[in-house]
Amino acid sequence: MSARQHPSAGSLADLVNRRQRSARDVVTEALDRIGRHDPRVNAFTDLLTGRALARADALDDELDGGGPPKPLAGVPFAVKNLIDIAGLPTRAGSKINRERPPASRDGALVRRLEAAGAILVGALNMGEYAYDFTGENVHDGDAHNPHALDHMTGGSSGGSGAALAAGMVPLTLGSDTNGSIRVPAAFCGCFGLKPTYGRLSRAGSFPFVGSLDHLGPMARSVSDLALAYDAMQGPDPDDPVATTRPPEPALPALDAGIDGLRIAVAGGYFARGGDPEAFAAVARVAEALGARGTVELPEAARARAAAYLITAAEGATLHLDRLRTRPQDFDPAVRDRLIAGAMLPAAHVERAQRFRRWYRTRVLDLFDTVDVILAPTTPCRAPRGGQTHFVLDGVTLPVRANIGVFTQPISFIGLPVVAAPVWLDDGLPLGVQVIAAPWREDLALRVAHHLERTGICAAPIAELA
Amino acid sequence: MLDLSASFDPEAYAAAAAPLLGLSLDPRWLDSVTANLRVLAKAAELVSGFPLADEVEAAPSFEA
Repeated sequence: MSARQHPSAGSLADLVNRRQRSARDVVTEALDRIGRHDPRVNAFTDLLTGRALARADALDDELDGGGPPKPLAGVPFAVKNLIDIAGLPTRAGSKINRERPPASRDGALVRRLEAAGAILVGALNMGEYAYDFTGENVHDGDAHNPHALDHMTGGSSGGSGAALAAGMVPLTLGSDTNGSIRVPAAFCGCFGLKPTYGRLSRAGSFPFVGSLDHLGPMARSVSDLALAYDAMQGPDPDDPVATTRPPEPALPALDAGIDGLRIAVAGGYFARGGDPEAFAAVARVAEALGARGTVELPEAARARAAAYLITAAEGATLHLDRLRTRPQDFDPAVRDRLIAGAMLPAAHVERAQRFRRWYRTRVLDLFDTVDVILAPTTPCRAPRGGQTHFVLDGVTLPVRANIGVFTQPISFIGLPVVAAPVWLDDGLPLGVQVIAAPWREDLALRVAHHLERTGICAAPIAELA
Repeated sequence: MLDLSASFDPEAYAAAAAPLLGLSLDPRWLDSVTANLRVLAKAAELVSGFPLADEVEAAPSFEA
């Protein structure tokens, strides 16, 4: 694949702003590639050809008329189908939601990206109601990993990872409640940013677990992540937990390097319970960064368990009416998890929320002595599609519930993370979480950018015939 | 070590809890629902087994 065919979002915007390419040309090329490859990858559930071309033409007219350059001019992007798109029912990977009335307007982050010149080309496949780590979907068909089509994309933002790895678009949006941006970023070999809880507006998206839900960008380069992240920041009264902090752009300091940063590896819980390659990926990144120390996130196994309980209970509460009236229309695997979650005694959920407070305090203390913590993203490479169990550290475990063992203790307290892809050999990629203190996305992005510049992390496009 | 799962009967619990929640349990789902309940019981055991001071408040509306 040549760079001409697959430039970054930033370089595309540069070409469009300088009028060396038209937005229509860029969008048409993306739509063509989606048309060629999506029948096998199944990343997209909706294509917005007419809307995208109309907006591209409008942008071309604006720029030809002397309008100001835009940071994402003409950049085609796509969003997980739990984010509202005007005129479409927001299906959130489900059958039931297709009967909802069409969204009256785009979700907040779509509007912000389009205000920056980006052009929405479609909606992306996902696990039902985001209760998923596999990227499999019984209603729309599974998304397939472009780097090995018989393997999982990871989920629940499976289409968001697959569309990037297939080179269909340079930018996607996903959601992450327990790892749903970071897992597909690892399995599909691309970058993902799960920002601090409350940093980016979730207005106009279908929820899963309100106290854990985040939206964020995924891309094939860290500078594209930062570009999109900066364009999407800002308060939003339509999201009750959106921060009122002013935007803190990450792009200006992206090239600052790692000098002066205190970087450590998460030990203990994060150094066992996975395949050796998962830890080899962390070791490679740590060595490249000169990170020799370790820190231990206290009681991480309990944190993961507490996130599991809160997710089960809050998710079940959200869907209880639908579980009562039309249980047959759910993915059976999702339905049965939700029913069990509905039955969870309140005492256990409340205890988990109290533990959350304790854990947050202890983990934030760690950031007095370190700036960035490294941990594996997943315990293994992408399992095969349909695989139900795997063996980790000699223990056979269900795949669906255990892919997120290393992501859940981090999102549980809302820490910002860049998921960075590592290619140890000719096999499928692995991921490393670059974790920072709350509101320090800039540090995680700086470190990930350094890893990309030095060739330790990369997000190549899959060779699809 | 708190042991919640040894005497827990998920089949009986699911049958008893479903009416309180207004849920109808198809017998074909029972194995899967009870398997999930066992996983939740293990997680609850882990969390509930950790001592917390009375002053530690819940964080249901979490702010980083």
